[in-house]
Amino acid sequence: MTEPTIFELSRPGRKGIRFPAPDVPKTALPETFLRDELPLPEVPENTVIRHFTNISQLNHAVDTGFYPLGSCTMKYNPKINEETARLPGFSQIHPLQPVVTIQGALGLMHEAQQWLAEISGFDAVTLQPAAGAHGEFTGVLIIRAYHLSKGETQRTKMLVPDSAHGTNPATSTMAGFDVVELPSDERGNIDLEVLKAELDDTIAGIMITNPNTLGLFDENIVEACQLVHDHGGLVYGDGANMNALLGIYKPAHMGIDVMHFNLHKTFSTPHGGGGPGSGPVGVIKELEEFLPAPHVVKVNEGDENNPDFYDFVIPKNTIGRMKSFHGHFGVVVRAFTYMLSLGKNGLLDVSQSAVLNANYIQSLVKDVYNIPYERLCMHEFVTEASWEDAPGVRALDISKRLIDFGFHPPTNYFPLIVHEALMIEPTETETKESLDAFAEAMLQIAEEAKNNPDILHNAPTKAPFGRFDEVKAAKDLILRTQLPDDYGK
Amino acid sequence: MYTPHTQADRDAMLKVIGVKNLEDLFQGLPDKGKFPDLELPDGVSEMELLDELQYISSVNETPQELISFLGAGAYNHYIPAAVDNIMRRGEFLTAYTPYQPEIAQGTLQAIFEYQSLIAALTGMEVANASHYDGATAVAEAVNMAYHQFRGRKKKIVLSPSVNPHYRGTIHTYMQGIDLEIVGEDLDPEVSPDELIELIDEDTALVLVQYPDFFGRIYDLTKLGEAAHEKKALFSVHINPISLGMIKPPSVYDADIVTGEGQPLGIPMSFGGPYLGLFATKKQYVRKMAGRLAGETVDSKGQRGYVLTLNTREQHIRRENASSNICSNQGLIALASTIYLSLLGKSGLKELAELNYHKAHYAAEKMSTVPGFTVNPVQPFFNEFVVHCPLPATEINEMLLQHDIMGGYDLGVDYPGLKYELLVAVTELTSRSEIDHLVAVLEEEYHD
Repeated sequence: MTEPTIFELSRPGRKGIRFPAPDVPKTALPETFLRDELPLPEVPENTVIRHFTNISQLNHAVDTGFYPLGSCTMKYNPKINEETARLPGFSQIHPLQPVVTIQGALGLMHEAQQWLAEISGFDAVTLQPAAGAHGEFTGVLIIRAYHLSKGETQRTKMLVPDSAHGTNPATSTMAGFDVVELPSDERGNIDLEVLKAELDDTIAGIMITNPNTLGLFDENIVEACQLVHDHGGLVYGDGANMNALLGIYKPAHMGIDVMHFNLHKTFSTPHGGGGPGSGPVGVIKELEEFLPAPHVVKVNEGDENNPDFYDFVIPKNTIGRMKSFHGHFGVVVRAFTYMLSLGKNGLLDVSQSAVLNANYIQSLVKDVYNIPYERLCMHEFVTEASWEDAPGVRALDISKRLIDFGFHPPTNYFPLIVHEALMIEPTETETKESLDAFAEAMLQIAEEAKNNPDILHNAPTKAPFGRFDEVKAAKDLILRTQLPDDYGK
Repeated sequence: MYTPHTQADRDAMLKVIGVKNLEDLFQGLPDKGKFPDLELPDGVSEMELLDELQYISSVNETPQELISFLGAGAYNHYIPAAVDNIMRRGEFLTAYTPYQPEIAQGTLQAIFEYQSLIAALTGMEVANASHYDGATAVAEAVNMAYHQFRGRKKKIVLSPSVNPHYRGTIHTYMQGIDLEIVGEDLDPEVSPDELIELIDEDTALVLVQYPDFFGRIYDLTKLGEAAHEKKALFSVHINPISLGMIKPPSVYDADIVTGEGQPLGIPMSFGGPYLGLFATKKQYVRKMAGRLAGETVDSKGQRGYVLTLNTREQHIRRENASSNICSNQGLIALASTIYLSLLGKSGLKELAELNYHKAHYAAEKMSTVPGFTVNPVQPFFNEFVVHCPLPATEINEMLLQHDIMGGYDLGVDYPGLKYELLVAVTELTSRSEIDHLVAVLEEEYHD
């Protein structure tokens, strides 16, 4: 099944494209700067198309099958979003054009900010962050700037629950904070007693995910936020699990002060094999002055003769810019298209259906798979893939066996606080038949685990590839096509 | 419709769960604030949606309606049809990070080929799977250098002719870290060799752009040597198209090479999503942030690829990771992979030369207009600085009246350069557009 690399398909002298002849006189570049060899492939267009089409078919994707990868919200990506993002008025504008020529783009950004603010309860939203982790970094820098503006330089500690995504502690370190890990209580909530013990005037804030990474709505959230506020700290919300909350609960009303959204999760923009994402950040009024620059605002309300007018402003105490230009505008257009298409009722339906689907699968498998914190879940749930009578079977084996049934496996080994975790997030766009078939496969695999574990250990057998030797990859470190010495000469 | 359930489906599912209605699923949430009445409009059909978005997009003016000489970090290049054709394939578009390599070889092989192409283009030994954009790639280079010396070297020498957005991003990224950044207040018009005297034993990194923000090409040999003499890392930010004709930064012994990948088949799209290129020497690979695909074999002995060196990353190292990045620009990196495959060895060279010749034609023509000058000896690629007889902002306002976007007003970022316009020319800029610009300038400023 191995497809040659594009370099191996190269033959000297072949070309994939032709450019027009210069319509201007040629100018010589000084010899000292001229490149003497360029070892790129030489392939015609047909070879390029076949090559990438062939390798694409080795992928499992939302468009090819069920993808219940917990915490990633692999919902269906509407095709109209791809069309709107490619409208020339969006895809062909330069980021530094005069603002009078880009009122449509600024208006769209402003509207998208307003929609996200209304959904979440925050007072202002920036679209600049490029991804969820980038949004976290933005939010944590805002927390830092807030305390510094008050002269509270002693606030150096960031509290992070043990169930948090690894990006949370990594982000806190990047922003210069010391991370303090908080264990969860026996119901999977923030442990209030543990929290109280950590609270003093060195606390900068806490990074909370709610619903948390166990898929549970934290029953102590309001009290936890209040406690942190009482000690002068701020609450960061990781919005990874926002798909459970649209029209259900506004994060700002829980007591969260600053939160990122993942447009590529909640708002249906395609994951693209790893990106691009988009991680807008919402903040309460008191934090607006620290938002990244530039920020889009409506500077003039229109009337019947004049349209609204939008411009960029630099927030008074901005943390600065997080990247070039204005964020992942193309991703924002897709997400905005999605929000408009669903409207108020459609958004509510998304979260209701996502929570219904997760609880449905949980109910179908819970007699066989241990649910460490068993209660109604939100949009995802976590099981423990281990049985006393199947000692050699691990979560990874179940995942690999699910591939043989045509499903993408759940997230493995996360959150870290659950032994042999399998994290299952079906999303709202799956039919009942698809959920039934998945649950059926899970139950059959549990039987196999006890009766015929070798099937699991050898899985997958029906995929184009078997398990890979990851140790060899890390040891050999072949990170690029090995080229012959004379390649490109 | 994107959600499938009928009422009968819902009823059957609720029964299995053991609750009466959908609201009961949320019984654990605080009553206060539950089910807020969102002040948002109702949803619309796909037809209405397209109408609405078409209207909004039509309010913008594109380079099809306005002649554009804007660059400064984003460039209007031709994108071959094959690029978008592959990018739209659902197998690439709707997959995620390849956590399960058995069913993600398409994404993994594409990343591996992307790494190979970027390494070949930059002349470096290894490239990662990408960062968000050029600015964040540069900021990660600073972060990497800081961690390379475990925080013991606390100084970065940063050229003032690095894109101001990148420099701004570095300052944002590093604000919580004890690090001194020097060099930015030097005269931006001088040679990068002026940075040499700022390099000392405490310097972790020397960072320049090549061609620089003003489009200029300098020999970086001496600067690289000076950095290495003080055991600092040397980082060079490139424009990938320029490397079709000019020497790669490896020639100057760069330790880190970053770049903005947008020119490689990515639409300008009002500034994003773009692509952060990042390459280094093999000896530094474990200090490099970001995803990496590596070659290996499967249980049947077939060659394939997996994500590797995960132990550098946040999901393993948590608060000890040097960066929080947990994704790459997957689809955008794929676009550049297809683009570089199509152009290949001869196409990229041809394209670079086309940009070069047209930009030099434009520079020569503009310098014939009284009061407008371009440095006649400094080599440049496809972008150059024009000194104007009036503030650049006034020139641009006048040109816009003629449906021309004149260039980037350097006074925005450099208070001393208010009379300087940064003009970009690509293969899509025709000779007649250049002639038209020059004719307008001549007419407006003939005396």
